[in-house]
Amino acid sequence: MAKSKTIDGIAAQRLPADQYVENFADAHPPLNGHEALVEADRCYFCYDAPCVTACPTSIDIPKFIRQIATGNLNGSAKTIFDQNILGGMCARVCPTETLCEQACVREAAEGKPVKIGLLQRHATDGAMRDNLQFYERAAPTGKKIAVVGGGPAGLACAHRLSMYGHDVVVLESQPKAGGLNEYGIAAYKTTDDFAQAEIDYVTKIGGIEFRHQQTLGATVTLDGLCEDYDAVFLGIGLNGVNRLGLGGEDAPGIADATRYIAALRQADDLASLPVGRRVLVIGGGMTAIDIAAQTKLLGAEEVTIAYRRGREDMNASALEQQQAANKGVVIRHWVQPKTIKTDADGVSAVTLEYTENRDGRLVGTGDEITLQVDQLFRAIGQQLDDNLGDDEALASLTMEKGRIRIDGTGQTSLSGVWAGGDCATGGDDLTVTAVAEGRDAAEAIHTALA
Amino acid sequence: MADLRNNFVGIKTPNPFWLASAPPTDKAYNVERAFRAGWGGVVWKTLGLDPHIVNVNGPRYGAIWGADRRLLGLNNIELITDRPLDINLREIKEVKRKWPDRALVTSLMVPCEEPCWQEILKQVEDTGSDGVELNFGCPHGMSERGMGSAVGQVPEYIEMVARWAKSHTRMPVIVKLTPNITDVRYPARAARQGGADAVSLINTISSIISVDLDSFSPEPSIDGKGSHGGYCGPAVKPIALNMVAEIARDAETADLPISGIGGVTTWRDAAEFLALGAGNVQVCTAAMTYGFKIVEDMIEGLSNWMDQAGHADLDSVVGRAVPNVTDWQYLNLNYVAKARIDQDSCIKCGRCHIACEDTSHQAITNMVDGARHFEVVDAECVGCNLCVSVCPVENCITMEQVPAGKRDTRTGETVSPDYGNWTMHPNNPMAAAE
Repeated sequence: MAKSKTIDGIAAQRLPADQYVENFADAHPPLNGHEALVEADRCYFCYDAPCVTACPTSIDIPKFIRQIATGNLNGSAKTIFDQNILGGMCARVCPTETLCEQACVREAAEGKPVKIGLLQRHATDGAMRDNLQFYERAAPTGKKIAVVGGGPAGLACAHRLSMYGHDVVVLESQPKAGGLNEYGIAAYKTTDDFAQAEIDYVTKIGGIEFRHQQTLGATVTLDGLCEDYDAVFLGIGLNGVNRLGLGGEDAPGIADATRYIAALRQADDLASLPVGRRVLVIGGGMTAIDIAAQTKLLGAEEVTIAYRRGREDMNASALEQQQAANKGVVIRHWVQPKTIKTDADGVSAVTLEYTENRDGRLVGTGDEITLQVDQLFRAIGQQLDDNLGDDEALASLTMEKGRIRIDGTGQTSLSGVWAGGDCATGGDDLTVTAVAEGRDAAEAIHTALA
Repeated sequence: MADLRNNFVGIKTPNPFWLASAPPTDKAYNVERAFRAGWGGVVWKTLGLDPHIVNVNGPRYGAIWGADRRLLGLNNIELITDRPLDINLREIKEVKRKWPDRALVTSLMVPCEEPCWQEILKQVEDTGSDGVELNFGCPHGMSERGMGSAVGQVPEYIEMVARWAKSHTRMPVIVKLTPNITDVRYPARAARQGGADAVSLINTISSIISVDLDSFSPEPSIDGKGSHGGYCGPAVKPIALNMVAEIARDAETADLPISGIGGVTTWRDAAEFLALGAGNVQVCTAAMTYGFKIVEDMIEGLSNWMDQAGHADLDSVVGRAVPNVTDWQYLNLNYVAKARIDQDSCIKCGRCHIACEDTSHQAITNMVDGARHFEVVDAECVGCNLCVSVCPVENCITMEQVPAGKRDTRTGETVSPDYGNWTMHPNNPMAAAE
């Protein structure tokens, strides 16, 4: 029997069982064949198309949409995978409204862009359903490359390297590969265990060995990898979480959004996840949106996002903000957390101070508002795990703003070591950016090893 | 309100929109629905002699589509009516009695023997039909039996049968022409020689619309085989307009009334047929695509346009474009136009650029100062209108005349105020001497 939404504190089973299924169903159901044809017909097949320019992986979008329209669905999927081997996941999680679809000329013409993301899903789902494998490995090169991290950057890198005939070992710290595809990202964006299905599909090419529970700084070192392998690619993501820097931050009921989302993604039974009656999320990016929306869907009565700047400053797109609001999330702009109040059970209230932009500087106004809170999530950004051990090579890497500095090809300051994805400089923290960087690093590695 | 009343070879109707002889006019049920919907007249689906013909018992139509599966062209292998003659004649008589203000013309196709025509014309006259249309156009099924387009392709036969028809009935005789010929003026002249009151055109065009790539059968496929059919719908309109215009501006047939047929889908299509000399229009595919209700906007749209343009009645429109149809050699070569792209309405799809760059004159930029920008390079633009044709936004690209006295940067020459055509051009070996 479900407990009421109005029980104070943090509790599991706030909703009837079937409500969880409904709440976490596919957020953007796939197009059926007819819908896909109608939508594909809307594409103008632009020259030097703005959507392609806007895509971090530069998928030839007009071509793949035309291939859907002409009934060449397999060709369409290959056009996508040629540029983005994780085109299936990107079709689900890309903020298309700020990328390809924002650039679509029909957005300019009518405010109704071609539904590129859904068309991409249509094409890639078809190929995956039929298990069409488009790539074969080149003759073995005898080279062996370590890919650290099995997230989007590492997977894209591994696949491309394998294509070129190199042997790849993926060192993954978690029980499952996939990175944020598996442990991050809102559950309703990638249903039916899609992340693992995609990894199975992508790694069918062969030549990619996964070694799990391999953590840089603990079980392996960059020093060692550089010795044992012909090249190393670091796609280790950002596992450290920024703290608020407030007293009482370690009280019960206060957690990192990323940890909670990871637990949610791995939960066999969503009803078992304890969630607060009144949830407060600090942050303004996609993680903030995802934790807020999902705690609301788990049955939290009130969910508030507190962000210290304005709507336009949020990293989460306007559409994402709107979708969260539609689920009942309240987004408060221009407020920052000031004090955390706790009682015997943990966090009980949070005082927010209003902020404003004064001469380009964010300052508190002195005005305050106190919210009753029984669960507080930090979602103010991630950083490289600072517990990477005693590793001379790692320590020698040039960093920039807390990330591994890379050049346009993914090359780090250390010869033989490339990096990409969230752990590296350059690009937005998006799945699609990570894929592009992993792929391009593989190209650079292949060139370097030739 | 513009006066849409139509008088075509003495047949008076409240508007110029008739349904062409085809499945929509095969029986009383459909025709009465059409009249209730507002159609001005119908040409009853072609009658033949008993025993009546039979149709295939499988698919009769194939299609080509544009974006969003909009029907652009239809192909059919249906024959003339497959109902007994007496049933058709009885229904024609009943419907005509109930709808005296609408045109009911009967289409006919019988063997090329005078007694056959004499007999059926007498029977049709008894129904009170307003006229007959001689079907010399059908390109499939009947032509192999010496009828339909087999007649329409031989001017002497057209003249002969038209003459028989005129001699055996007082009803107006309209000759329906096939487009499956090389020069439509010859069959039109023959119809006139035979005494026909009017011609109607075009009938359908011989066609194979598609091939099933699994079975390798043409479509529509009947048990794995297909035969050519008759092509119609919006895609054939340009062919029909040209043929109508050719007859309208031919000295021998200039005053021969024309009923315009071929892809009429909107009031605008109809107005274009009228402007090129058609006295009225006949519609089929549009009705078969959308139902009879489309006539409402055909009537209202034509009327509103005529009001706005100041055309009081149909006679003010009919033939208005005919004097402007000329031969290429008389086009003014001193008329110079350049494309202009309205940057405010440009959505930057780049189709004008790539069409011009790959296939034409390299006269449209795609980058200016590092930014995506599409602009006409006058020094390269020949004014061909391809960019206008491929632009998805209406009126975004327009063609502007370079006024006389200004320099055409492409040729470096000053635009002449004089009219000058190919017959006078120095490059023409046949140019008339000064």
